[in-house]
Amino acid sequence: MSSQYQERVERLAQEPFRLAAPPSGAFRGISRSYRDIWDHRELMRMLVQRELKARYKDSVLGFVWSMLRPLTMLLIYYVALGKFLGAARGIPDFAIFIYTGLTAWGLFSEAVSSGTGSILANSGLVKKVYLPREIFPLATLGSAMFNFAIQLVILLTATFVAGAVPTGGRWGYLPLSLAVIVVTALGWSLLLSAVNVYLRDVQYLVEIGLMVAFWASPIVYSWGLVSRELDNPVLQQVYLSNPVTVAILGFQQTFWVAGDGGPIPAGATPEQIALLTPQPVPDNLALMLWAWLAVGTVFVVVAQRVFARLQGNFAQEL
Amino acid sequence: MGTPVIAVHDVSKRFVIRKEKSLKERVVNFGRSNLHKEDFWALRDVSLEIDAGTTVGLIGPNGSGKSTLLKTIGGILQPTTGSVDLRGRLAALLELGAGFHPDLTGRENVYLNASILGLSRQETDRYFDAIVDFSGIERFIDTQVKFYSSGMYVRLAFAVAVHVDPDILLVDEVLAVGDEPFQRKCMDRIRQFQHDGRTILLVTHSLDQVADLCDRAVVLESGHVIEDGHPREALRALRHEFDQIRQEDLDRQQEVVTAAAAPAPVVVVESVELVDSAGGPVTEVRPGADVSIVVTVSSQEPVSEPVVGTGIETALGVTIFGTSSKLLGEALPPLVGTARYVFRLADLRLGEGAYTCHGAVAGSSGTELHRLREAAAFTVTTDGLTIGPVWAAPRLQATDA
Repeated sequence: MSSQYQERVERLAQEPFRLAAPPSGAFRGISRSYRDIWDHRELMRMLVQRELKARYKDSVLGFVWSMLRPLTMLLIYYVALGKFLGAARGIPDFAIFIYTGLTAWGLFSEAVSSGTGSILANSGLVKKVYLPREIFPLATLGSAMFNFAIQLVILLTATFVAGAVPTGGRWGYLPLSLAVIVVTALGWSLLLSAVNVYLRDVQYLVEIGLMVAFWASPIVYSWGLVSRELDNPVLQQVYLSNPVTVAILGFQQTFWVAGDGGPIPAGATPEQIALLTPQPVPDNLALMLWAWLAVGTVFVVVAQRVFARLQGNFAQEL
Repeated sequence: MGTPVIAVHDVSKRFVIRKEKSLKERVVNFGRSNLHKEDFWALRDVSLEIDAGTTVGLIGPNGSGKSTLLKTIGGILQPTTGSVDLRGRLAALLELGAGFHPDLTGRENVYLNASILGLSRQETDRYFDAIVDFSGIERFIDTQVKFYSSGMYVRLAFAVAVHVDPDILLVDEVLAVGDEPFQRKCMDRIRQFQHDGRTILLVTHSLDQVADLCDRAVVLESGHVIEDGHPREALRALRHEFDQIRQEDLDRQQEVVTAAAAPAPVVVVESVELVDSAGGPVTEVRPGADVSIVVTVSSQEPVSEPVVGTGIETALGVTIFGTSSKLLGEALPPLVGTARYVFRLADLRLGEGAYTCHGAVAGSSGTELHRLREAAAFTVTTDGLTIGPVWAAPRLQATDA
């Protein structure tokens, strides 16, 4: 018997027993789950890195691709919707407006769609190693955040170019809206990634759902157009009862400076006047954001418990 | 009295085998969904306690629940009923290179894999050179692993795995990787682990490995523990189990053959005896003695071109000697009724220990028809100057170089 041997045995004798897998009750195991996830934060960072490094590994342009996609979308919407369909006539700084919406939406849709497939994509690990499985949807959220950060830089540059740099209190909306998007996306990706293991149809359903949600949010059209069309306040509330919609409005509050209107020069045409009058904003936007943040946080906690319940059988279903 | 580090309490695991997967299929078959389900119990009321510092082999035929038990202990599968308690840091080597990403370089994958197995970044930094050195693929460490040969891939993966610092190591049939020098390196590392007081739980089909490494062996059969104890007894129980399976196979084959109206020979090795040069039975043998193994075979039907073999096993069941009529180049006459075959072993030099002999008979196609295990037991007593199954007269002479 070596001394190392003795030492190890003695140390182990002091340690309390723990369960091999975290309990999955409605309340039991919550703290264990969170601690496990926290202990694996380093791995999570590496998974994000792996995701990002591997994505464009053998391509010549590499990361440029992650910028080219949203820029192309911007161009399409700007030309097709803004110019040909005339949306730009009613929305000042249409390019900034669209890009703001696309950036926020890109974060949400990437996090949810790749989050849904994350357990399946990592099935090799899920089946062979014990890890808190929540880290896979979390890691996809992380890589979506990274892409979002790049786009945010482009967006900021664009506001400089347009000469409408957001200042002062406008910035308060950014962290709040971002937080709403992050918790909502996280809740959905936890829930959907777990369900997707049992029911593979979910990933296709998510694609359709995201398409609907894209057009249900004021990304390529403005809230002004919606509120004019839906003059019933109940219908307006229905439209607004969507955290992503509210968060995108919040983003626009920060970045879409032209939405505030400006001094109307004498002799302006009615069209110019329309562009320079302040764009409508839903009442209590900040309050709504706070409310959705609270709802989203509860949603994440519930989704994690559902995830914990479902993950017990992941290894055998994959 | 040891310190238990793994405690398995009445664990059962049920798998539901479903034959449909998509939403459409489920909706279509909604009312009848039970028709498309089948319960399968991979583990049934398994209880185990494993002490710190022991090496335990989990053995059993295919599908007996070994890997399921290992995964349940590793927390990868949730038991249907019962629970598993652990203490200490656990690492599971169920598959080498799980989590290797083909597009990343060896270096990046080492960090990723180490992190998956529970090493922190600082620890990986510290072990990195040792890992690369152990794997022996320094030159390719900055190459993407998709360009690796399968040998390089497992070498790197194993190198990472053995540098994690677990208290409990779960290993699933991954020890035999790489070429022979590398395998030896792996085995040395496992011995080092044992020496350090780490607990190792090993699933393997290599019974020699169990005999060689383990302090204890657990035999599983259809989800039940059928034997738990010293490897010698466990291996015996398992070999018995295997013989039964084999016998059932043979019976089934024979049924098929009988159905095809061609009577199959029923051949039995009646007895195996160890006799000395005078022909009397012996149970104690001195090294260098001349002995004979007498194999008696009887058959109800004539067998053309039979092949008869015999061999000697150690107490752990490792075959150390074997021969047969085929190896000796003897074409035996057709077997009818009962026949005795005498294998003369001149100058048998075995080391001290207990041994058994077996006898076996095969048909002309080489299919084994019957085997009688552990038939003749004998012991070898030597002067106590050597260990191991081979004996030679040792002398030591010290001279100046």
